Amino acid sequence: MANGTLAATLENYLEYKSKKGIFAWILSTDHKRIGILYLVAMVTFFWVGVTLGFLMKLEMLTPGKTIVDAQTYNTFFTLHGVIMIFLFIIPGIPAVFGNFFLPIQIGARDVAFPRLNLLSWYLYIIGGLFAIISLFLQGGPIDTGWTFYVPYSIRTTTNVILPLLGAFILGFSSILTGLNFITTVHRLRAPGMTFFRMPLFVWALYATAWIQVVATPVVGITIVLVIIERLLHVGIFDPALGGDPLLFQHLFWIYSHPAVYIMILPAMGVVSEIIPTFAKRTIFGYKVIAFSSLAIALIGYFVWAHHMFTSGMSDTSRMVFSLLTFLVAVPSGVKVFNWVATLYKGSIELRAPLIYVMMFIFLFSIGGLTGLVLGSLATDIHVTDTYFVVAHFHYVMFGGTAVILFAALHYWFPKMFGKMYNEKLAIWATPLIFIGFNMLYFTMFILGYLGMPRRYWSYLPEYQTLHIISTVGSWILVAGLMLMFGNLIYSLFKGKPAEANPWGGVTLEWQVPSPPPVENFEEIPVVNHGPYDFSTINENKDGKS
Amino acid sequence: MEKEHKEHFIPYGTYILVWLSLISLTVLTVTIAGIDFGRFSLFIALLIAAVKSTFVINYFMHIKFDDLIFKVFLLVALVTLASIFILTSTDIFFR
Amino acid sequence: MESLDATNTIVQQEVGTKAHHISDPHQHKDAVGAKIGMWLFLFTELLLFGGLFLLYMAYRLQYTKDFVIGGQELNIILGTVNTIILLTSSLTMALSIAAIQRGKKDLSIIFLVSTILMGLAFLVIKYFEWTAKFSHGIAPNSPELLSKPNGEIVFYGMYFSMTGLHALHVLIGIVVLSFMLVFLLRNKITKEDYIKLENSGLYWHLVDLIWIFLFPLFYLIH
Repeated sequence: MANGTLAATLENYLEYKSKKGIFAWILSTDHKRIGILYLVAMVTFFWVGVTLGFLMKLEMLTPGKTIVDAQTYNTFFTLHGVIMIFLFIIPGIPAVFGNFFLPIQIGARDVAFPRLNLLSWYLYIIGGLFAIISLFLQGGPIDTGWTFYVPYSIRTTTNVILPLLGAFILGFSSILTGLNFITTVHRLRAPGMTFFRMPLFVWALYATAWIQVVATPVVGITIVLVIIERLLHVGIFDPALGGDPLLFQHLFWIYSHPAVYIMILPAMGVVSEIIPTFAKRTIFGYKVIAFSSLAIALIGYFVWAHHMFTSGMSDTSRMVFSLLTFLVAVPSGVKVFNWVATLYKGSIELRAPLIYVMMFIFLFSIGGLTGLVLGSLATDIHVTDTYFVVAHFHYVMFGGTAVILFAALHYWFPKMFGKMYNEKLAIWATPLIFIGFNMLYFTMFILGYLGMPRRYWSYLPEYQTLHIISTVGSWILVAGLMLMFGNLIYSLFKGKPAEANPWGGVTLEWQVPSPPPVENFEEIPVVNHGPYDFSTINENKDGKS
Repeated sequence: MEKEHKEHFIPYGTYILVWLSLISLTVLTVTIAGIDFGRFSLFIALLIAAVKSTFVINYFMHIKFDDLIFKVFLLVALVTLASIFILTSTDIFFR
Repeated sequence: MESLDATNTIVQQEVGTKAHHISDPHQHKDAVGAKIGMWLFLFTELLLFGGLFLLYMAYRLQYTKDFVIGGQELNIILGTVNTIILLTSSLTMALSIAAIQRGKKDLSIIFLVSTILMGLAFLVIKYFEWTAKFSHGIAPNSPELLSKPNGEIVFYGMYFSMTGLHALHVLIGIVVLSFMLVFLLRNKITKEDYIKLENSGLYWHLVDLIWIFLFPLFYLIH
């Protein structure tokens, strides 16, 4: 391990200046700086998405027009979806925390292709700009929903091509990140860092990276074909010319369902990091969790058509996909049991990151279980395209991935910025987020079950009470989010300096100073034990001091 | 790292033999395209294409002589591709 | 922060030299790593075309008769010639790498130039094929094509999209190989370090592989 006094003289990555000012950042190939670049961009996009969501809920306060007209509402939900999915949740954890911590956790100085890594960030920004520029051009913002379903997306007169190109470029960015991570894991592990000594976050990122590489190209070609269809009318997706819109849906979901696992797998990896650290106990069933990540990646690839149960595809197909869908719940369940088993009899320290993890387990379980309702054919037909679906995927994506992104932000904040956040305020934000979240989205389960269709601008008066509860929930949620981010931003400037290992974690990132030096390690560490071996670390500490 | 990648030089002659086989297979597939094998025509054409790609992948792309990891990777990609086809078939063949 | 700056510059000078030679993980050479990266990229290409082949399968099943009619309209001779050109270019590509492995720079250059020329020949033939179709009024959204049954419209939609995307890949390949030619001439690619050429070769072979399947699926339908 890096010797304490010497390591302190190594410059940390935040202060290292190879070039002046902003160029020291936007031209940096340091994986840690690139991680921060993603973080800044992503938080910005997140707040744009939150604002749109907030306005949507405000509109739903009353039937008919509250603040915007129907066409504006269409563009709101489309953009809310596009921004949150393509610019926030899909790149989210891998691009920020994966970039920052994957190399450190396996004992490397950087990723395998640092320049490609920077290119990924540029592609991400360009893709995002394309989506945003399209708002202000002739024709108006896209109104197809984030799924871009044909034939509407080839007929509507709004700007479809530009956001599609944006999504294509974002896909490219995602592929390059995945490709980079796979190569990094295979080539740059420190001596002694075998596959089964890698932290589970790395395992999760590895599984995710494979999905990014083998699933994203399919949506790439789908997007290209929609653009070609709009420009040249080749007939591939246009039913008037013989095309089959159902095939679009297949191709779209061949990517977009695995994309759900691109979103959730890294989050599960973060959970597997946080729980051992705050339970001071090695993770229960390490190998099972590692393999369940691969299993989720694999099975997750084979269930896409459960998004199409009511689309008119064959009965055979519906049964096959319904069955496969139930299978994917198994490895997710395995993970949840292992996490809970790790906490059992652990010496639990209830800090903000762990509270978010608890929130995650609760919300994600609800999301997962309601997924079974949607996965079985008979019940799906009743609730398909209603608020039930909206509630389900917000529980999984927001309650799952985004909540863990917040957890990771708190967990690794001291390491990334060398400052401590205010624990009290951080904990105060959690009940606000939890209550606001459940008021906002649980009512949607009920609304959906009662028959409220998704994406509608207006509704029947009998739904209003529930809509009001939901909208008030959105206010509480946003207040909680503001408190959380406000606390972190304040701590960024005024926080107390953080020590190298504030939580007593044992993975490699806690063995380097906070913030880490430019080179991560003065000397590449030699690894001789598993990632969550608390006994060895404690002995070492005693021996040294 | 532990096992550095050992250079394997394929003789020029091998490449030329592979190329000759590829050309012969092309001639073969064009020739028999005129013959009507009924529903097997497509199958035979694809079979020949598959044999040709095996040659290209193994020799021109060196997979045969590469480390195991490359073979495993290729298998993963091909299985993925095959699964997409099979699962989509459950829809389009039974509609 | 301000007060720290002074100490930082000193520290920076101290570790400066050291940081430089270890900081070259950014530029470290790892041929196997580069090749892993390249293969992963090829898989994305495979899946990209995979999506198109999937559509092809579905539409051929739905419009079997129209696909036969469409396929017979295509020029089998030009298709065969192009197949042979592309296969041969794959051979010279492999030979170019084999030559540089043995340190024979000139030979490697000759083979690489032939590969590029054959790539261009492929595109020229493709150009004549397409323009011949256009002159018969067969183009996306042309009145002539729209008057045909849906199956044939879709056939030509697939034909133009798939061969068009493939031709685009050939074009990109030619550009990449031209860069490699420059690298070879400037001794940036040598007997010791030829991974760039090897990876470009892999890309070129992939383009060839895709054509191996496109050819029977479009030109040899009966």
